[in-house]
Amino acid sequence: MIKIDIKKQLNSSHGKMLLDVNLNIEKQSFVSIFGQSGAGKTTILRILTGLDEPDSGRIVVNNEIWYDSENKINLAVQKRGIGFVFQDYSLFNNMSVKRNIEFAAGKNFDQGFINRLLEISGLKQLENQKPGKLSGGQKQRLALVRAVARKPDILLLDEPLSALDKKTRLYLQDEILKIHSEFKITSILVSHDISEVFKLAGTVYVLENGCIVEQGKPGEIWIENKISGKYKFSGELLDKSKDDFMTILTVLIGNNVIRVVSTDKEAENFEIGDTLIVSSKAFNPIIFKKNE
Amino acid sequence: MFFKTFIAAGLNWFPLYNSIKLAVITTVILFFIGILIAYPLAHSRKKFKAVFETMINIPLVIPPTVLGFYFIMIFGTNTGIGKFLKSFFGIELVFTFSGMIVISVLFSLPFMVNALKNGFEGLPGSLREASYTLGKSRLQTLIYVLLPNMKPSILTGVVLTFAHTLGAFGVILMVGGNIPGRTRVASVEIYNYLDTMNYSAAHTFAIIMFVVSFTILLSVNIFNKKVLNG
Repeated sequence: MIKIDIKKQLNSSHGKMLLDVNLNIEKQSFVSIFGQSGAGKTTILRILTGLDEPDSGRIVVNNEIWYDSENKINLAVQKRGIGFVFQDYSLFNNMSVKRNIEFAAGKNFDQGFINRLLEISGLKQLENQKPGKLSGGQKQRLALVRAVARKPDILLLDEPLSALDKKTRLYLQDEILKIHSEFKITSILVSHDISEVFKLAGTVYVLENGCIVEQGKPGEIWIENKISGKYKFSGELLDKSKDDFMTILTVLIGNNVIRVVSTDKEAENFEIGDTLIVSSKAFNPIIFKKNE
Repeated sequence: MFFKTFIAAGLNWFPLYNSIKLAVITTVILFFIGILIAYPLAHSRKKFKAVFETMINIPLVIPPTVLGFYFIMIFGTNTGIGKFLKSFFGIELVFTFSGMIVISVLFSLPFMVNALKNGFEGLPGSLREASYTLGKSRLQTLIYVLLPNMKPSILTGVVLTFAHTLGAFGVILMVGGNIPGRTRVASVEIYNYLDTMNYSAAHTFAIIMFVVSFTILLSVNIFNKKVLNG
């Protein structure tokens, strides 16, 4: 069980913000902290790792106190059983693929375990290559198994797939799941990608302006609460033109320009440039696969 | 024929040997001192950082004779510190080879420190943090992760220090005293030969110094290009 109860004043791009979170994470679970950039997601991971210090609070991992501001306990980064996968991989370019993993595993590494990690990541053939020669996906796989090599208590993933293309991302999501189910390491994923969180996490914590505003299973948060049988989009009114007995509105929703009809009376209240909400009952949606 | 004119017979090669010895010792000492200063400096956000950086770069801007003058004033055997060093440790720093090492270390300090500091600053912060999260201490991180990933900067620091020490003139003349067989170095010897109008001997030393410096710089450029191109 991981108990995190911390407070820290942050200077975000929107001004000062208080990061105030209280999380209880089950052992061996896979959870995600979801939120827009600047919400404080990465700071939570950095505090848990010991790279940043909170202003106050307490962190207890498997009954071991990692941080306690009242009793002035602050376990060094090196002593916390953490595997951290950085956004920019942070591989050691002076070492070969294999040496990266061995270095991470520590002095008395088990060669069998290193080989297993090389096989899982599909990097066995490339074990003597330097990381600089690897593709983005291979680099991220190496970063992932390197973080696991020390057999940590917690695996922290800081937007690990954000720099990759969609195909590689989907493939690596499966890899992450495979590693989680094989080694049963409690994993915390920080992400702002709903589909990624949906696929990987059992529980999601939605972070907004430094506070957890919602928590639950991804399905509960994004399907049942939000959609409830209705489609609802907001967009900008680009144009309105009068037809015989109704008004045609042209609205920009995301990157799509759509046309919808409205009664003349309704349309009188809308000015070009207004933000409109277009909603529809979803009794007969037309769904087809989008060609990429 | 060409070389015969330059390599004058019966030259005393000691100054050249002395120059290289001084440059090698200074570079080795400065490499370690440079790391000790540059590593904390690169990651420091303290207010006194700017003052400290200015102090390190002072030898770049003040005349070498000023540096030499103060060195003699502080470490001369007639002054407090000089007397103390001589009576308690038997160390004399003025007109000795040890003194030349100390002044060379001070004189070339900015070249090594700046190169290493740029190297440390050029590495992504997450590299250091990744190593910490893998349980590695600061020292292990420095030796196994940071230094091997900044080879071009290390090489630049080493070469600049070596070449700068090899070429030092005024400060070495003042502190070393140009004593034949003890503190005379190649750069000063060229001046001596010129003074006595022995042009061929001056040429020999000058061309050797030129070739050595050119070769070193060329090797560094080739190495750095190789590293940058992976």
